[in-house]
Amino acid sequence: MTRARRRVLAGLVAAVALGVAACGGSGGEQQAPPSRTLTVSAAASLTDVYGRLKTQFEQADPGTEIRLNFGGSDTLAQQIVQGAPADVLATASTKTMQTAQQAGRIQGQPVTYAANQLQIAVRPGNPKQITGLPSLVGPQVTESVCAPAVPCGAATEAAERAAGVTLDPVSEEQDVRSVLQRVTTGNVDAGLVYVTDVRSADGQVQGIDFPQATAQGAAQSYLIGAVTGSQNADLADSWIRFVTGPQGDVALTQAGFQLK
Amino acid sequence: MTRAVPASPRPRSSRTGSAGHALPWPVWVPAVVGFGLIAVPVAGLVLRADWPNFLSLVTSDAALDALRLSLQTGLTSTALCLLFGTPLALVLARSDLPGLPVFRSIVLLPLVLPPVVGGLTLLFLLGRTGPVGQLLDAWFGITVPFSTAAVVIAQTFVAMPFLVVSLEGALRTAGDRYEAVAATLGASPMTALRRVTLPVVLPGLVSGAVLAFARALGEFGATVAFAGSLQGTTRTLPLLIYLDSQDDLDSAVALSLLLVVVAVVVIVGTRTRDASGVR
Repeated sequence: MTRARRRVLAGLVAAVALGVAACGGSGGEQQAPPSRTLTVSAAASLTDVYGRLKTQFEQADPGTEIRLNFGGSDTLAQQIVQGAPADVLATASTKTMQTAQQAGRIQGQPVTYAANQLQIAVRPGNPKQITGLPSLVGPQVTESVCAPAVPCGAATEAAERAAGVTLDPVSEEQDVRSVLQRVTTGNVDAGLVYVTDVRSADGQVQGIDFPQATAQGAAQSYLIGAVTGSQNADLADSWIRFVTGPQGDVALTQAGFQLK
Repeated sequence: MTRAVPASPRPRSSRTGSAGHALPWPVWVPAVVGFGLIAVPVAGLVLRADWPNFLSLVTSDAALDALRLSLQTGLTSTALCLLFGTPLALVLARSDLPGLPVFRSIVLLPLVLPPVVGGLTLLFLLGRTGPVGQLLDAWFGITVPFSTAAVVIAQTFVAMPFLVVSLEGALRTAGDRYEAVAATLGASPMTALRRVTLPVVLPGLVSGAVLAFARALGEFGATVAFAGSLQGTTRTLPLLIYLDSQDDLDSAVALSLLLVVVAVVVIVGTRTRDASGVR
């Protein structure tokens, strides 16, 4: 082996070692200022509201960092059951919170603090003149919905049952944001999403109310609970009080949630 | 890759004979770690599987639809990769077009691009409001997204570079000496391509096609972004696995194993054919 080649090899080894060290030690630099970090696992539909509340909370309590981990409620609950390091769990369904509770991962009783309803999202101006679920049936209107396996899909099924119609979607998406994207990009005429999703689209879609949105199983409950064994139990409690308190109420209402 | 040289017995004996003891020990340790990184998670899948219900899980309506769709679209997109990728590899390896390195890096783009980005670019181009999709809709009433054709397009997009890279490598290793000889003997360029070039690089073509098929079979991101997800039309095995992983982990694990089995059958099956096809 020539010296040059050996040097290249040594460089490679050093690079790999550095890479591994960087992977392992990413938490190290954040400990520099004396601060506390609260990790909140929250349903993806809470992205905007929790983002706003995080800023307010951190301003009111300097030295605290709220780390938000967004995802599907099922995924988040599973992660916490598997021992993922989180201090607070905020789900978009009762069922997923129960999953974490039954595994003994939730401290005390979770709080139900908000609800969300389905709306039909259509292009601005409602070019296909959609008035309710029955007007979505048939080939002249293409629609996208959530797959029945995910919470928004279960809600869609409940609404369909209540209306006595069976929709013929061109696609069953994995999450509600994908349904919204199909409508905003103009690839479908309509999509079943939550009021909060319509609100977040900033006028790119229009929301149509329909009576079955309040049917049994169609509305969605939002629950929040502290994770068992959290290192920051008191901080977790104050975040939960903050979200369920007056400031949380304002942010939730603005986003289109109903308060419980 | 030197085994493309016509039928002398030497390369084959060196392949089976020497190996083993000649490897220095620093090779073995990382090799074992690397193997473990791939094999251990798959073994974990086997341990996690709900074996008593395995058969009913992989023969459900949704699973059979997904398997059929996966095989059908995977084979179709492999055929498209061969149809378009083979000439593409020939151009990249043999022509002297100016700016060839730029063309090559564009062809390789799907290898480095996250698949979901590929899916979104296809959606923006061929979606109902996209520049091409708009015309297709207005002129022929064709909507590409949410169709099985969209799955094939997405798979071809991500799988094509695998065939091109593999074949271009084989073409460069083989060199153009035999084609030059064929030309001096009076063969037309087409005859030389058909009778000399393609037979010489056949192993590279086969392994490229296998890689492309395997990539198409596992395709997820581009498909879900461009084609959507609907049972029997666009929901391939990987899409069904991801969907099931949300609420039915046992089914997701069983289907993952099914996909592993299909992939192993393809790899092993074509490996043996590849070896015997060297002649």
